[in-house]
Amino acid sequence: MTIPVATEPKAPPMTAMKPSALTAPEGPHGSSGAARPRPVEAVPVRHPGRWIAAVLVLVIGIATLSSILQNPNLDLPTVGEYLFKPLTLSGVVITLWLTAASMVVGVIGGIVVAVMRLSPNPVLSIAAALFIWVFRGTPLLLQLIFWGFIGAFIPKVVVGVPFTSVEFWSFTTSDLIPATVAALLALGLNEMAYAAEIVRAGIQSVDPGQTEAAHSLGMSPLKTLRRIVLPQAMRVIIPPMGNETITMLKSTSLVAIVAGDDLMSNIREAYTQNYKIIPLLIVAAIWYLALTSILSIPQMWLERRYGRGFTGVRPTLGSRVSTFTQSLTLPVRASKKESAS
Amino acid sequence: MTAAAPQAAPPAAGPGPMVEAVEVHKRFGSLEVLQGITMSVERGQVVCLLGPSGSGKSTFLRCINHLEQIDAGVIRVAGETVGYREKDGRLFELREKEVATQRRKVGMVFQRFNLFPHMTALENVMEAPTQVLGRSKAESRDDGIRLLEQVGLGDKAGTYPAQLSGGQQQRVAIARALAMDPQVMLFDEPTSALDPELVGDVLDVMRRLAEGGMTMIVVTHEIGFAREVADVAVFMDGGVVVEQGDPRQVLVEPAEERTRSFLSKVL
Repeated sequence: MTIPVATEPKAPPMTAMKPSALTAPEGPHGSSGAARPRPVEAVPVRHPGRWIAAVLVLVIGIATLSSILQNPNLDLPTVGEYLFKPLTLSGVVITLWLTAASMVVGVIGGIVVAVMRLSPNPVLSIAAALFIWVFRGTPLLLQLIFWGFIGAFIPKVVVGVPFTSVEFWSFTTSDLIPATVAALLALGLNEMAYAAEIVRAGIQSVDPGQTEAAHSLGMSPLKTLRRIVLPQAMRVIIPPMGNETITMLKSTSLVAIVAGDDLMSNIREAYTQNYKIIPLLIVAAIWYLALTSILSIPQMWLERRYGRGFTGVRPTLGSRVSTFTQSLTLPVRASKKESAS
Repeated sequence: MTAAAPQAAPPAAGPGPMVEAVEVHKRFGSLEVLQGITMSVERGQVVCLLGPSGSGKSTFLRCINHLEQIDAGVIRVAGETVGYREKDGRLFELREKEVATQRRKVGMVFQRFNLFPHMTALENVMEAPTQVLGRSKAESRDDGIRLLEQVGLGDKAGTYPAQLSGGQQQRVAIARALAMDPQVMLFDEPTSALDPELVGDVLDVMRRLAEGGMTMIVVTHEIGFAREVADVAVFMDGGVVVEQGDPRQVLVEPAEERTRSFLSKVL
């Protein structure tokens, strides 16, 4: 009994092949008569190009890694020494705090700006557009320095009646906005502009029929937004917001320019004293990598939480590995069959 | 002009008609979609709106619960002006919250179902009673399960809309609207988006609802359903009511040529 295989050069013509390959009534394991046809067992397409590329990448990777590890300037003892120093750890805490606080300011403010942007009132909509235009259109570094030196621009903050000399309170700006608040302001306001656009896209991705259905059930506009539109928008909002959080975690390192107590600032302070620049940068890199890796866990959880009711399975790393291993084992099985027949 | 069909016996008798429209006009830009619709629906009546697409039937239906704002005329539901308050001979636009309160007594079923995809069937049905009427979860849950059983979906309470067929989704949507105890139900082409073999289940639910005495206004292309269930058939074309009356007359021996030519194309 021969099994015609599609990849063989001299395959029988289609008409002849069809009944035997796909609906063979009697196989060796004898599913006889009208029973279901034998499962398709064809030799899969081979990919020699992929294998060559994989080997090449492996070789380059191993060479690079070994040259790095053998480099005397790597100074792993210093990396180990600084990895869990109080200076580093306190920097990590500040970085995390700054990231969290800026994201909270950014997301809550972003929702407000997005709703303003979508408002039928032109003043609100244009104000939101202007805000986004300014804060998204200028570099974050510039904004950080600006807020750091805001005291040079506005030395005194006065609460009073506008356009008169009546004053209730006045503060020196540098007292009102210390360095950490300046950093938080810069990061938070910048994030607001990006978050607003993400939230707006999310809200607009929700079918208008949803709003109509909610309205027809007697739900108020605010309740409709909170219960019906935002939860559905979240599905679209969360993946880019996860990216934003990771970007934010790294952007906090820019605070080092203005002086802060975050991870990058502390590391910079250390290497300006001992000149062990590369080992200390590796310490920072290890921490940033660890933190960003941990951040992807809540993102996955949130994506699942707001993906409820929507079908569609994304390939996970595990499933991708298993399809790959299957693709390795299948040809072996098939070729055994071939030689047996 | 009122079109109270003689055979209609309103079970829930109340003062005045359930829905009353007088000279309703609506335009989208330069296009006048409704050019003076006058119509009256008694309590317990089933009215079917028929007509070619673009005739304004759906727009009129959406005006009844203020999803569209009318440009002229007046619509009253249970004696209350929709979307406005009349005071000292002047009209005051209602706030969005007040409009929302008005909509509680009007249930609506959409062509595309518009179920909330992030909620299960039961959660869809429970949403408005808990969020709008402030009912307890337990009470809404019992009500919701009862309603789902009524539409034949008692076993689908925990299922998300994406896993339901179109006909099942539409029946959940009907249950969701009924959960608010509306006084009138609006159906906007409820079976137009369904596979032919699923239409029957939805029409069955609507038929039973009509038998139960619910006031219903149904935009539909199902001539058979209209002939069988409706108390009044209204044929619209070009933003006006061409003819209305007993469905056995309007849909079998129409007086107007336009109705006749439409029916000959649909049947």
